[in-house]
Formats: sequence, structure tokens, C-alpha cells
Amino acid sequence: MEQVILYSGIALALIMALSLYRTLVGPTILDRLIGVNAIGSETTVLLIIIGVLYKKVDMFIDIALAYALLNFIAVLASARYFHKRKGLSDESNDY
Amino acid sequence: MEIDIMTIIVGGLLAIGLFFFLAGAIGIIRFPDFYSRLHPAGMIDSMGLLLSMSGLALFTLFDGGLCLASVLNSLKIALIVVFVYITSPTATHAIIDAGMRAGLKPWTKKRNPQSK
Repeated sequence: MEQVILYSGIALALIMALSLYRTLVGPTILDRLIGVNAIGSETTVLLIIIGVLYKKVDMFIDIALAYALLNFIAVLASARYFHKRKGLSDESNDY
Repeated sequence: MEIDIMTIIVGGLLAIGLFFFLAGAIGIIRFPDFYSRLHPAGMIDSMGLLLSMSGLALFTLFDGGLCLASVLNSLKIALIVVFVYITSPTATHAIIDAGMRAGLKPWTKKRNPQSK
């Protein structure tokens, strides 16, 4: 059973590399926010998979819960920070 | 590894959850515009997380017997899913609000004729 979970963890890590592309390339800052948000929610699952593999599930569940909280706060704070920026619209029309 | 009923269920749930993660990640790359990319991002947060977390919760529930500790652990995993289901729409709303106020206009066929 551990092999199934190990391979799904590896596949999840590769999928995170996919959403890293949008974080690096994204024309506007808010696109990068989407990439970070996606990576954050994937890391929550990855943390619990690691917890299962290392037989310390109860510790890693708390870490994953804290990570989900932080991911939410980070997205809210950065969305609120880019509230006033007027430079977003000309950046995004270059594709 | 012995193939019993739990391996099939948890493996199936994890596989379908990974499929939604993959679909969401590809959607985030391929979609033309910031607003349309939020849809696959929401799909990752909801379907992918729900399926893979429920698979892991089932696994922690039945791994090493059904004692109080494993029940509490799987309840906490369910709590994470419930929490993300509440906060993910709020975060998406905040991002869209920031985008609209910053003057980011949605992608339309008329406004972007040259892209496919």
C-alpha cells in the first residue's frame, strides 16, 4: 500500500512543477498568484502523503492544516496588496 | 503489496484525485486569460483536494486498526478539506476583486482576434 501512496506523491510533485510554469511566466502578478495558490493546495496533500510514508501522520496533519491556513492568508494579503496597483492592465495584453 | 479491498479504494481515490490535479495544472497553463485560469485553479482546490484527501483519510482510518487516534486523524483530514472548501472561494473572490480594480479586462474573442 505504501508504494501506491509513494508513487502518487511523486506524481503530485511532478504536477506541482507544471503549475510552477504559470508562477514563473504569468504575464501579470495575479497570474503568479494563481500558480502559488495551486502549489499551496497541492503541498497540503503532499504533506499528508509524506506523513503517511514516515508513519507520523498526526504530526504532519497539523502541519498540513497550518499550511492550508497560511496559503489562504497569503493569497488574501497579496490580493489586498495589489488592490491599488494601476499597472496591471497594460502588462496583461501582450499575448 | 497485497491487493485487498482497501488498496483498491484508496488507490482509486488517489488516482482520480491526481487526475483532477493534473487537469487543473494543465488548465492553468493553457487558458488564455487571468480570469479563465481561475476556473482550473478552483478545480484543483475543490475536486482534486477532496478526492485525494478522502483517500488518505480512509487510509489513515484503516491503517493499523480502527483505534481512537486514527479516527481523530481522519477527522482532522476531513477538517482540512472543509476549511479549504470555505476559504478557496474567498481567496478567488479577493484575487478577482484585485484584478477588476486594477483594470484587468477579461479576454474576449472580439478584443483578442489574433490569438486562437
